[in-house]
Amino acid sequence: MTARLSTLSPPPAPALDVGRLRADFPILETRPGGNALVYLDNAASSQMPRQVIDRLVRYQRSQHANIHRAVHTLSEIATAEYEEARRKLARFINAREEREVIFTSGTTEAINLAMHGYGRRFIGAGDEIILTTLEHHSNIVPWQMLAEEKGAKIRVVPISEAGELLIDEYENLFSERTKLVGVAHVSNALGSVNPIKQMIAFARARGVPVLVDGAQAVPHMKVDVQDLDCDFYAFSGHKLCGPTGIGILYGKAALLERMQPFKGGGDMILSVSFEKTTYNVIPQKFEAGTPPIAAAIGLGAAVDYLSGIGMEAIAVHEHNLLDYASAQLRRMKGVRIIGTAAHKAAVLSFALEGVHPHDVGTLLNQDGIAVRTGHHCAQPVMQRFKVPATSRASFAFYNTMAEVDALVAGIRNVQKVFS
Amino acid sequence: MADPKSLYQEVILDHNRKPRNYGELAQANHKAEGHNPLCGDHLNVALKLEGERIDAIAFQGESCAICKASASMMTASVKGKTRQDAEQMIQEFRDMATGTLETDKQAHHLGRLTVFAGVRDLPTRVKCAILPWHTLHAALNSIADTSTESENDPMHAPIGDA
Ligand SMILES: Cc1ncc(COP(=O)(O)O)c(C=O)c1O
Repeated sequence: MTARLSTLSPPPAPALDVGRLRADFPILETRPGGNALVYLDNAASSQMPRQVIDRLVRYQRSQHANIHRAVHTLSEIATAEYEEARRKLARFINAREEREVIFTSGTTEAINLAMHGYGRRFIGAGDEIILTTLEHHSNIVPWQMLAEEKGAKIRVVPISEAGELLIDEYENLFSERTKLVGVAHVSNALGSVNPIKQMIAFARARGVPVLVDGAQAVPHMKVDVQDLDCDFYAFSGHKLCGPTGIGILYGKAALLERMQPFKGGGDMILSVSFEKTTYNVIPQKFEAGTPPIAAAIGLGAAVDYLSGIGMEAIAVHEHNLLDYASAQLRRMKGVRIIGTAAHKAAVLSFALEGVHPHDVGTLLNQDGIAVRTGHHCAQPVMQRFKVPATSRASFAFYNTMAEVDALVAGIRNVQKVFS
Repeated sequence: MADPKSLYQEVILDHNRKPRNYGELAQANHKAEGHNPLCGDHLNVALKLEGERIDAIAFQGESCAICKASASMMTASVKGKTRQDAEQMIQEFRDMATGTLETDKQAHHLGRLTVFAGVRDLPTRVKCAILPWHTLHAALNSIADTSTESENDPMHAPIGDA
């Protein structure tokens, strides 16, 4: 079933031994709905390799107890494993110190933590927050809530027709009142990779901290928070071959120390009396209550797994997939690619002339092809491109060129049904 | 062609391509607009009630094929019916789409509308098929604006006697 056009050059040789890697993912052998699974919804959530599943099982079978609380051996083991996971995550993003890595339930909670901890303390009436058109709702709504509560203003960086941030406009948005920049590293709806290093440098020169939503970047490229020099960096475990319910807020230690706690409860305090409570040091100050211990350890195993493959090799293979798929779609009549930035990662959003994305999604699903259709929690992007929704194929390192061919054949079938 | 179990049968594709009763209705005396904020679909239903009878009906909007075909076939099948009969069909259509009415075992008045029975297996698409009916119900009861996510969500709200 190859739908490749003869004039296209053949797909490049894989940068990875994808066949061997695929064998690590039990779910890729399942046949949901009776068809071989072509899983192209990795931006929504990625799949989990055996190595991570086994780690979760081992923890649960032989290492589980509550952490930081008891002198018994099992609790010490669980605590050590949890803190080891933090060390792994710190190394993975090259944080200077482990205590700069806070476990959260995901990107959304990480951003909400920054909003409550930093925003509610340091942003007031008349202050300004710079966001961009291509943010996920989770990097918009918390700041709107803050703006409403404090009387602060939100300024929005526009994007070009290609889906690239207009950097001149970004720079023009700065004023004396700018207190924070929130920007996605990679757009989940368009795939654009934003020039965040340059944007951070500009903000830094004006003393403005920058929060980077890295949910769609960390799974696809080597991220080095010291090199970026960002103040906050948020991401989710479940997009990174890890479990749901776990994510990270990285923050510079000096900033985290000045912030107020987000949630109150056990573990985030040093002492409590009804007269006075003393908060714990970072990162515990921000980890109230019993955390998702197993999920944190699972995420530690996931970044070990990815590091074992190599983020550079992953990036090369995923670029090949994206380039090959984009070239195919560009040649098809009636297909419009939404998001044509020069620098993209792993996301291919498209619209078919005369066919609503939901119909595209349902018909592709009948061929076993899992894509996401909808507004991708990025309604300002949809408004910008004047579409109600898009269809989105998003790649992971375990996807193959043959799966891209299946997608292309599936799209042709959709067009045939609607012709 | 898609497999025969597919929801995308020829009748549905045909109504999507050439929707019946599509456009404005100048003499309308009941109107409603329906939204499905989850997918951005929206739809206007306008009708002319002559006493208890639906004398004329039209719809327009932007939506997926399932929603548009459902709207088209709905207008064709309720035109000329009484308000009470239309409400009965709204209830039956909703029950079919959500799987509580087995159209091959239980009595109903849906006729060819049973081509939509397949949505019951596609939970994310049930609202697409129901939106026009939900909007018709609102129009009949002079509720100007309705949404699949409001309190009178078609998945939860009692339709029938409002
Ligand atoms: C760019 C971006 N930010 C934030 C999120 C929210 O992530 P989560 O739902 O894991 O909190 C997502 C995931 O959908 C995303 O793609």
